[in-house]
Amino acid sequence: MRNERDFSSAPGSGAGQGVGARLPRKEDDRLMRGRGQFVADIRLAGLQDVAFVRSPLAHARIRGIHVPERYKGSVFTAADLVGIKPIRAVSALPGFKISEQPVLATGKVRQVGELIAMCVAPTRAEAEDIGASVTLDLEELPAVYDMLKAREAGAALVHEHWGDNIFLETNYEVDISAALDAPIKVTREISTARQCMSPLEGRGVVATFDHRLDQLTLYSAAQMPHITRSGLAECLGMEEGRIRLISPDVGGGFGHKGILLPEEVCLSWLTMRCGHPVRWTEDRREHLTASSNCREHHYKIAVYADRDGRLRGIDCEATVDSGAYSSYPFSACLEAAQVASILPGPYLMPAYRCRTFSVATNKCPILPYRGVARTGVCFALELMLDLVAAEAGLEPGEVRLRNLIRPEQMPFDNITRKHFDSGDYPEAMRRALAAIDIDTVRARQCKGEADGRRIGVGVSIYCEQAAHGTSVYAGWGIPMVPGHEQASARLTPDGGLELRVGVHSHGQSMETTLAQVAHEILGIDVANVRIILGDTAMTPYSTGTWGSRSMVMAGGAVATACRELGERARRIGAKLLQHDPASVVLQNGEVRGVNGSVTLKEIAYTWYRRPQDLPADVDPGGLEITSGYKPQRDSGTFSYAAHAAVVAVDPDMGEVEILDYVIVEDGGVLVNPMVVDGQIYGGLAQGIGTALYEEMPFDASGQPLATTLADYLLPGPTEVPAARLDHMETPSPYTQFGVKGIGEGGAIAPPAAIANAINDALRPLGVEMMQSPITPHRIVEAVLAARDAERTAT
Amino acid sequence: MKPAPFGYERPRDLQATLSLLAEANGSAKIIAGGQSLGPMLNLRLVQPELVVDITGLAELKQAERSGDELVLGACITHADIEDGRTPDVTRGAMRGVAANIAYRAVRNRGTIGGSLSHADPAADWVSALAAFGARLTLRSLAGARTVAMEDFILGALESTLRPGEIVETIHVPARPASAHWGYAKSCRKTGEFAHALGAVMIDPSAATARVVMGAIDTAPIVITDAAELFGGRIAGDYKERFDARVADTLLAKAGIGSAADRHIHVSVLKRAVREAAA
Repeated sequence: MRNERDFSSAPGSGAGQGVGARLPRKEDDRLMRGRGQFVADIRLAGLQDVAFVRSPLAHARIRGIHVPERYKGSVFTAADLVGIKPIRAVSALPGFKISEQPVLATGKVRQVGELIAMCVAPTRAEAEDIGASVTLDLEELPAVYDMLKAREAGAALVHEHWGDNIFLETNYEVDISAALDAPIKVTREISTARQCMSPLEGRGVVATFDHRLDQLTLYSAAQMPHITRSGLAECLGMEEGRIRLISPDVGGGFGHKGILLPEEVCLSWLTMRCGHPVRWTEDRREHLTASSNCREHHYKIAVYADRDGRLRGIDCEATVDSGAYSSYPFSACLEAAQVASILPGPYLMPAYRCRTFSVATNKCPILPYRGVARTGVCFALELMLDLVAAEAGLEPGEVRLRNLIRPEQMPFDNITRKHFDSGDYPEAMRRALAAIDIDTVRARQCKGEADGRRIGVGVSIYCEQAAHGTSVYAGWGIPMVPGHEQASARLTPDGGLELRVGVHSHGQSMETTLAQVAHEILGIDVANVRIILGDTAMTPYSTGTWGSRSMVMAGGAVATACRELGERARRIGAKLLQHDPASVVLQNGEVRGVNGSVTLKEIAYTWYRRPQDLPADVDPGGLEITSGYKPQRDSGTFSYAAHAAVVAVDPDMGEVEILDYVIVEDGGVLVNPMVVDGQIYGGLAQGIGTALYEEMPFDASGQPLATTLADYLLPGPTEVPAARLDHMETPSPYTQFGVKGIGEGGAIAPPAAIANAINDALRPLGVEMMQSPITPHRIVEAVLAARDAERTAT
Repeated sequence: MKPAPFGYERPRDLQATLSLLAEANGSAKIIAGGQSLGPMLNLRLVQPELVVDITGLAELKQAERSGDELVLGACITHADIEDGRTPDVTRGAMRGVAANIAYRAVRNRGTIGGSLSHADPAADWVSALAAFGARLTLRSLAGARTVAMEDFILGALESTLRPGEIVETIHVPARPASAHWGYAKSCRKTGEFAHALGAVMIDPSAATARVVMGAIDTAPIVITDAAELFGGRIAGDYKERFDARVADTLLAKAGIGSAADRHIHVSVLKRAVREAAA
């Protein structure tokens, strides 16, 4: 199935370079030769390195920080940072409690890894030596490490003045009483582990001050440069124009590079204080334990259904461990509060209730990771649907087909008023079931395996709201609300095109796909289209790259700007051809009239170099345009996919092998299907990590226990199967070209599909796995418990 | 994650190395492949005053057959064994073990002597060599001594190596044609340290068996007279006679409290036994 589809029939120009072309990535020429430039590659004269003294305890009062006499002047603490404000990420949702995250700790520390002092030296090793000489006098306080216990009265308090540990509680209900008499009721507790996002490149900051421009320049591995600058300006008390944020090549973001870091504020202050450039490079231990984690959800969930498997309603209480502080700009409540609105997924149901808690604990802040809350939600709901299927005596796939939103209902507003723009969800599920060949798997299960392993098959499906804009985020009232997305397009004198966009590219291939969009409109060879991004001085303001929004938003803005630019070029071209403007068209990079044509290159040359040949009434704006874009509706595009997995489980060793994996994905019109395939494979790898490997455990004193990659397991190439992909392309009715956001989906469905497959394999043994990751130890523990239970029963 | 300051020496012969180690009086660390010591230095888990790099010692890179045994220098890499650049007396068993140590990048640099000196209970050679019945020659300025593999490891990261002493050579006895070999481990992913490890060398015709259960939190369990594991006698039907309860009791005695962990260890050993019998 993979790669067999004939993409020349795709919407848009298909073959060639425009929308729909499987074009090799422009950025790969430098990246694959090791010529990319990441923050850690930047060398500035006089650069010194910074290492931080971090809290060794999860919760403690700071009694004293002792710096040896010989290092005074190289070590800075909160007492030195006069006038620097703490990081505040407030949500306007009613009841939200505000946390203030000091950039260097004051009074007490609330997580292991919290910054206490900053040490500067010619090299990182020397800076770490200085850090090791700093001694801390800490009074340890009871750590809040379990989010469910943290909700109880009498728990230790992360922020004393709150009186409890709840950042935010939300309640949503649609007539739950209507479901309560349903003949099928399944109740469970389901949880997903705390994870680390683990981009190949960690965070990194180089800060320097340019006196000529009176400007602080910060190089930072950031996915939202303009938002970071706004946050920095607030903390530093500086005018935004006095700060330039450059985010060069970035090696993966996944949300981790969206937040404003205390380190960014610290280094900004430090370079202005010391008068030379300074650098901090996040190491893997800092990444795992200190900056941000993700995914830790707990669900108490009841699903109600009729005997025929049709859903009557869901009643859920969801808790998310938000960690110690509210991160800028997403806030501490985005993840949990989102659960309430997205839990119903792509399913029809008449009744629904969901209560959510964003809980403060003595752990590092939680951040929205690829898929945000959807991975947890999909895990919880899809595991429950398999239980409904078992109760109803139906195939799991059949229960989905009976409850999915149908194509004839589109566009559709669901029970939480999510507006589904388009799609055929049942068809995706049917194709996945056919591709995984469910009948053959069932026959194989009946025969049994010679090696004693057990075979299981699992499915899952989700919807991914992407590129949602003002109408959605205004309600959240967090520091970042996306509005119109802008792009600047400029023809250069030799006929090339420069595009400036405020989104970023950290694996998304924007340098290729945005050039394809420009090619689609203007016909300029993608080799002559330069995409400029990742620099606040060179690009229009944007909330940046997050929420699978860049292709929809920046792609739409580029298309809009290119159309306007094309219109100006067409008018100049008409004059050069001595035609009435109404009689010429722009086609394949030239303006054509009945008697001839003139290329964009000739038109550009005329504007810049031979203005004497221009018409008198030429648009004085010339061949440079900044234009803005929003989809007709900004409630988001809905892409989706059905995943199906076949696994073999060894009940005695707890080993899981993925034998087959199928993904049927509908991301609307695909600008570059090869890039989409890459996004799906990468997401799948991360989803497999969630399902089987990744976990950041804590002990009762709040110590993170996986402090290196020897303990924090990430899937490698041998753990990721060669998945088979199939695409559907239902256009969005609201966007340019009908594109939808697809960046996160690959990471959403795998944990549910794999868990369902494992449970399908082990259900005859009386085993049910409801917690991720599903490790060998957990499997064997459950198998032994089931054997004990059976022995007791007989 | 940068090491604390340390001195560095790269001696050219074993004698000079032993002198440096004697002088350092326990404050030196030997580095060969650096696959464990490197990260430990970076994490500042060890902060030696001196690091002695032995990669320049040609005499520790020798591998030769001597009578009925194989003598391997401590600086032979896992990849040397995997690729067959060393003679083999185990009829492929060592090669199979080497090929599944960590990742190829680790095997290219990591050495057999370094792995043993580090004494990580989850390391492959720690268990496999005990099952082969290997012996080690340890040398210091005071002279050389020989220890059996099963007496070398005392606990997690703990061996009988004394300050100033170095693993010089590893002596692997030839595997008789009648001896069956089985080796299995449980790793959550390719290349990861094992969470359970089973190695068996069973010779039904001689009625002998050496059985090792490794990757526990302390020294591996080495059973040199394993008859009890097979219902009191070792014969051709050993696979059928394997007694999981005996293995489970040994593991419980070694301090493994979790029944699930013990079950995985026993299952891994069972897999090794099955492989030997195959």
